[in-house]
Parts: sequence; structure tokens; C-alpha cells
Amino acid sequence: MATKKFMYLNRRSSFGTVYAIESLEVVLIAAAFEQDVSLAFMDDGVYQIVEGQETDGIGMKNFSKTFHALGDYDINKLYVSKESLEERGLSESDLMPLVYEDEDDDWEEKPSIRVVTNDELKAIMSEQDVCLSF
Amino acid sequence: MKFAIQVNEGPYQHQAADTAFQFAKAAIENGHEIMRVFFYHDGVNNASRFTLPPQDDRHVVNNWASLDIKDAEGNPELVVCVAAALRRGMLDESEASKNSIDGNNIHPAFRISGLGQLIEAGIQCDRLVVFGD
Repeated sequence: MATKKFMYLNRRSSFGTVYAIESLEVVLIAAAFEQDVSLAFMDDGVYQIVEGQETDGIGMKNFSKTFHALGDYDINKLYVSKESLEERGLSESDLMPLVYEDEDDDWEEKPSIRVVTNDELKAIMSEQDVCLSF
Repeated sequence: MKFAIQVNEGPYQHQAADTAFQFAKAAIENGHEIMRVFFYHDGVNNASRFTLPPQDDRHVVNNWASLDIKDAEGNPELVVCVAAALRRGMLDESEASKNSIDGNNIHPAFRISGLGQLIEAGIQCDRLVVFGD
């Protein structure tokens, strides 16, 4: 099967609508297809990977911990919009420490999150074959 | 060109379903192929055979059915995501009997399947066009 570059673009926060969790469900299925997968987080989507999410008070399933599993599925390109973080008073240190083990570098643990400017994100997007927006 | 379409919003609530239908219809009329339409999120509600709009309004579900999008073996290629469908009360006969529920509501022009069908469509088509916000 041909390999294509798939990007999953997340623009909404974790729990206000169903888009975030159903996007993650697609990403986990996509991992089985051995495509080149990357995720992008912009606008309120940056809230999806903020550390310390707690859902007991709202009766929703806390799926945020699932992001930690992405590295094991060879999904290790998580681009985060620098501008979207700044607009919300957030920085990279507020995000979950998501990592993967680099098989080409003696399984060294490396960060999956890459904070990029919107201009850089635009360039990365334009290289994709398929961009799914959630 | 070979297209796949993803519909992320329900009928009547949001124009995405209508726009996606108009796009698919225009593409077919202009000699393009729609390999598959994949319904996700509230888009799964586009497949309810119980949909009854007022007579002076468009019938979104029948509109989709009228496109007659099928594979070479005649199986519907209007595909409803199973996980998204079940949590929203959209069931075909097989899911209804599996879960001991006494009814089913998927229109026969549609079929229920998994998210892999969306990824497969993205791989096989020239363009995957997403309709929603």
C-alpha cells in the first residue's frame, strides 16, 4: 500500500465538544496503516495536550492520558502552534511531556512535541497529502 | 479525479451535509468518481432512515441515497463510522441484534463500518475533502 503523509489538525479543546476524542480515535486507528502521521494543535486545540487535565467534576472520560501512548504507535510528530499557546497564556512547560523512543538512535527517549510558528506550520501542512481537520 | 468525502456534521443542524452532497453531486456530474463518503461525528445522523423533514424542505438522507454511490460489487459506499454511530443511537440490523435492541435505523443506501475505511479512502483517493467547521 502506498505511503502518504497524513496530518490530523486539532482546533478544539478536549471536552466542550466531541471532536477531540473522536479525532484521537481516528489517529489510533490510522497508526495501524503504516502511514506517515503527524498531529497539529492550534487555536483551542492546544488545550488537548495541557498537563493535569481532571474530569471528575464534569462526568466525562479523561482521554488525555491516551496521548502518552502515541509514541508507542510511532506517532511522534506533534506540532503545536506557538501563537495559539501565547494567545492563551500558555507555554511549552504547561504541556504534557509526550515522548517517543527513537529506534534509529539506540531507543533514546525524545520529545514528540514541537512548538512551531504558524508560518512553519503552514509550510508543514502544505507538504501533506491528506489533512483531516477536527 | 477520484474523491473521498468526509462529513462531520449532522443534517439540518449544519450546512456541511448539504454542501458535501452538492459537491459530490457536481463532481459525479462532471465525470469524477466519488469512491466513498464517510460519515463521522454527528455526521452519522445523515444515515437515519427515520428522517422526516417537512414536505417543502430538502430530504438530506434521500439526497445522499440518490447519488447511488457503490463499489464494484454493489455494496454501498456511503459509510457510517460504527463507533460514532453506536454512541449516538444509530444501528443497523446486525448491531441491533448483537446488542439486543428491537429496532434499527440505518437507511439501506448506507452501511456501517470502521474508521479504517476513512484512512483507506485517504490513501486510495486523489483527494479527501472534509466537510464541517
